[in-house]
Amino acid sequence: MLTRDGIAAMRFGYGPHGGRLPQGDIAAGLAGPDRMAAALPGPGTDAVLAERAQLLEIVRRGRENPKAVADERSAQTDRIQEMFFTAARRDLARAVVAEDGFRERLVRFWADHFTVRAPAAADRPLVSAFVDDAIRPHVAGRFADMLAAVAMHPAMLLYLDQRASVGPNSPIGRNRERGLNENFARELLELHTLGVGAAYDQRDVRELAELLTGLTVDADGAFVFQPRWAEPGAETVLGQSYGGKGAAVLDDILRVLGDLAVRPETARHIAGKLAVHFVSDTPDPALVAALAATWADTGGDLLAVSRALAAHPAAWKAPLAKLRQPFDFIAAGLRALDLTAEQVTDLPRPRTQRVFLRPMAAMGQPWQMPRGPDGWPEDATAWMTPQALAARITWGMQVPGLLRRPLPDPRLFLDAALAGVADDALRTAVSRSEDATEGVGLVLASPAFNRR
Amino acid sequence: MMHRRSFLRGALAMGCSAAAMPLITHATFASAPWENRLVVVILRGALDGLDLLRPVGDPGFAALRPRIAADPGADLDGFFALHPGLPGLLPLWKAGELGFAQAVATPYRDKRSHFDGQDLLEAGTAPDAPAALRREGWLNRLLQTVPGAQAETAFAVGREAIPILSGKAPAQNWAPDARLELSAQGRRLLEEVYHDDPIFRDAAAEAFELTELAAAMAESGADDSGMAAPAPTPAPAGGPLAEVDRFAAYAAARLREDTRIVALSLAGWDTHRAQIQTIRQPLQRLERLVLALREGLGPVWGQTMLLAMTEFGRTVRENGSQGTDHGTGGAMLMAGGALRGGRVVGKWPGLDEGALYARRDLMPTSDVRAHAAWAMRGLFGVDRAVLERTVFPGLDMGGDPGLLR
Repeated sequence: MLTRDGIAAMRFGYGPHGGRLPQGDIAAGLAGPDRMAAALPGPGTDAVLAERAQLLEIVRRGRENPKAVADERSAQTDRIQEMFFTAARRDLARAVVAEDGFRERLVRFWADHFTVRAPAAADRPLVSAFVDDAIRPHVAGRFADMLAAVAMHPAMLLYLDQRASVGPNSPIGRNRERGLNENFARELLELHTLGVGAAYDQRDVRELAELLTGLTVDADGAFVFQPRWAEPGAETVLGQSYGGKGAAVLDDILRVLGDLAVRPETARHIAGKLAVHFVSDTPDPALVAALAATWADTGGDLLAVSRALAAHPAAWKAPLAKLRQPFDFIAAGLRALDLTAEQVTDLPRPRTQRVFLRPMAAMGQPWQMPRGPDGWPEDATAWMTPQALAARITWGMQVPGLLRRPLPDPRLFLDAALAGVADDALRTAVSRSEDATEGVGLVLASPAFNRR
Repeated sequence: MMHRRSFLRGALAMGCSAAAMPLITHATFASAPWENRLVVVILRGALDGLDLLRPVGDPGFAALRPRIAADPGADLDGFFALHPGLPGLLPLWKAGELGFAQAVATPYRDKRSHFDGQDLLEAGTAPDAPAALRREGWLNRLLQTVPGAQAETAFAVGREAIPILSGKAPAQNWAPDARLELSAQGRRLLEEVYHDDPIFRDAAAEAFELTELAAAMAESGADDSGMAAPAPTPAPAGGPLAEVDRFAAYAAARLREDTRIVALSLAGWDTHRAQIQTIRQPLQRLERLVLALREGLGPVWGQTMLLAMTEFGRTVRENGSQGTDHGTGGAMLMAGGALRGGRVVGKWPGLDEGALYARRDLMPTSDVRAHAAWAMRGLFGVDRAVLERTVFPGLDMGGDPGLLR
């Protein structure tokens, strides 16, 4: 029997952990501290950039004679790769052991909303650092602050080419024949704020791109605002004029971001995305309207919006119809197996590949490598291809035995993993399985486990 | 269904002799509705048509692309030149097996969103078509009109679902490196567990069938990459070209059997910055795909046409970071032994500022769907009325560009 706590675990978290369900109000923890960030801290953006800068420095030194720095270079490349693996395990471990599953799911939702991808192998650890520094601190804060943090983070500036955009009439633009790059401005309106259906046009994109010039990174990859790159004069975005009085300043950019964050189109766009992500591919319009209204009333206060989601009756309706994305599937599987944080963070590299990275790719969600800045699809059918289902079945049949010996009794595992949503057909099939490997695999491959 | 599967496996067990005699193969697998083959490649991210197929004969071109087209590329017909990163395709041009349509677009305009642009390209409708139509792919709507079509008639190759083939007609979907190992009992139990959840049931049935097929191919002495000669130089394992080789080999193996339509996608075309560098690898992958398919298909290449299309073109002027931004008119690449190639079809709109779309993009002079429709008319004999009303509702195909030999 599916209870309210069961829905809380499956729909708003990563499933029960060793059979344990969250108790009470799922949004209660959001106002408090971010326990997973404290328990499993990341190195932060600056530390990641320092390693990246170190590699660039070695490459520069070796320009004349690459052989002379070959050992140093491969050691540094390995350090950066280890940072990536460590971050991947940490991100997974947070989902596996979190008691506040709703916060962890919100972190993933917002990280997907502001999708970034590493342009090169040396940038890969930057993606987790971006989520830690630009997303996490704001999931229960103000959307405008998250938007500003994203727009000033090197991961986004690199990914959407903003670092290469120069005002054509700026001092640097005139002297070096460099100019505008519209990429970030377009996605900022289309994906991050208003949504593609909103009433903006090419001129808004262009003027916003001009206004955003100056946002870039320095030689070491750190964020910097370069007034000498900024297009002089005022820019008009959605009928509102920004800048133009004296020198270009970062405040004009923060002002347009603040205005975009509270537009009604932005409220509706993101309210719809939240409802689709958490509740249903075709959500109740009343739920979307309630979230958009809370957004409008509070000026994009994400704590209030998340609470409104958790409090709305439509968010608690059965059945659990959404398909778990591959990351949710693996995290939920490891929770069902009752893994500890250390069992995840101590996985050696080949095991990390075997348990996490290769299966993610096979299930259609290569880790931190979405196809485009619109992030991963929501629609169940996008995930349920034969080859992706084959990868889920294979994971369920093969991975648990690598991590837990002996395997749990499949009949007990069924109840622990599924928070009471198992039907009789599944129960019968599990009881008839030939061994524990197959029984546990059946539970993990079942529609009940793969939906939330 | 069971009958067909075992039939297929028996035929495969005969080994390579069947593939060596493609005409006999076709006679054996009489269920396919047509003899000709169509491969549709969706180029995600907006291929820069003016970089692929450079109008070097237009007096305005050089000034618009001073840096990214500094190396003019290989002359094709005195007006257009091919990007220098595609030397392997030049022999095909000379043999009449490569062609282009230029200044093409879908009906999508102005917002220049990749995602809406791709949705419309794959739906093949107008932007204001009913939502139910826009959720279907045009290749699927084609299959819906074909009485003899089976699930294996059309195949999507790759890790991701591809919307161009989604819809009511059955079509298959598989990645060449996917595996599924399961005991007979495990499979029976899973079939029970999936019985009442249609999307799991259907995906699993297809996965089981395709795994069996791959196993049968392996038993018969060929791996699932097919029985034809491999591409000239094997690509480094794990690299971006190796993946293309696997896709191409798998697609070729299926096309030599009952499959008549293959859809797949290649990403990486969103070259906002440093385009000389960023477009290199996507072009290599496209070139590799064409060459590996030609190699893998053997004699069947003569009955095949490949269309590579993208959601829209890019700005005619290079931008401030030596890349290009989202535009409108673009180019489509065509290849295959069934193609009457060695030429560029479509009316050239010119590059004068007044001739541009919104003073920034190449003006589209034909609908990319019209070229695809003429290709299907020629390959499969589909009625013009079916193409204009059902496959691409509301399309005017215009005059016949004569795409087939």
